[in-house]
Amino acid sequence: MTPRILEVRRGLLKKNDEIAAGLRAEFAAAGAFVVNLVSGPGTGKTLLLEKTLAALRAIGRRPAALVGDLETDNDAVRLARSGAPVRQINTHGICHLEADMVGRHLSGWALADFDYLFLENVGNLVCTASYDLGESLRVVLLSVTEGEDKPLKYPTLFNTADAAVIAKWDLAAACEFDPAAAERNVHAVRPGLPIFRLSAKTGEGLGEWLAYLESRRLSEG
Amino acid sequence: MHELSLAVQLVQAAEEVARAADAKRVTAVVLRVGALSGVAEDALRFAFDVATADTLLAGANLDIRSVPVTVHCRRCGVAELPSLQLFRCPRCDTPTADVRSGRELELESIEVE
Repeated sequence: MTPRILEVRRGLLKKNDEIAAGLRAEFAAAGAFVVNLVSGPGTGKTLLLEKTLAALRAIGRRPAALVGDLETDNDAVRLARSGAPVRQINTHGICHLEADMVGRHLSGWALADFDYLFLENVGNLVCTASYDLGESLRVVLLSVTEGEDKPLKYPTLFNTADAAVIAKWDLAAACEFDPAAAERNVHAVRPGLPIFRLSAKTGEGLGEWLAYLESRRLSEG
Repeated sequence: MHELSLAVQLVQAAEEVARAADAKRVTAVVLRVGALSGVAEDALRFAFDVATADTLLAGANLDIRSVPVTVHCRRCGVAELPSLQLFRCPRCDTPTADVRSGRELELESIEVE
């Protein structure tokens, strides 16, 4: 047979994107504001989430969370102490969450019972950027122990985020962290990105972070 | 490292199109990969060899066409970004986050027989 060229023009992530679009519509209809937290491993996503869930509950909001890890339910157990509904997603080797994993872990939950749904992604600065999970807000974390040039090394993740948190702020001085340089680097790869300096441990900056979440949630509804 | 799962998606999409066209095998694949897609070309090539074994794509040539990042500047229009470390208009240096291309990860065409 003579060779023929067939036009395809199909995105390789089409399946994920379609599932994510379905989830986004479901979340919007239920009034659940969905936040996808991404960072490298050990940046402090779980502690930030633990404090965020507790603080939101303290002001009468109804948050829930799905937490992704390769193995163990350690993080879900930790987060459940806040009293919020929490489920663990074990990816068994896959380095990021996909929309279909999120969808499968929502069964039995009434989304209308949640004001917020947090998706704590697998710790990974590369692959998580490619997968839409149907979120309204993607927040990237950078901790002061990681160095100021992280955004330059991983521009895609920072470029596709909606906000950045500089985590472990209480350790900034001990690490000789240069906040101005870090923020300059964040803005080099994503001009205008809102940045929050935050210590989940001491609570410093938590108020601004919560106010931002509330304002984004209300502007969505 | 999600290139293997991408390669598997690629094989499924290409086989689907090839079968619908009554093709016996796929001899070449053209992929458009944006500089901001988060995909490493070397890893994708390696994964492609693994994922195509025993499929209609076995032995197919993989043609990866890189798509540069372009941004839109309100004053100067669309321009190609010289560096992923600096999202500024290359003509007037104004910061811009308005990305117009570079996120693509698309199976453009296949060659079949």
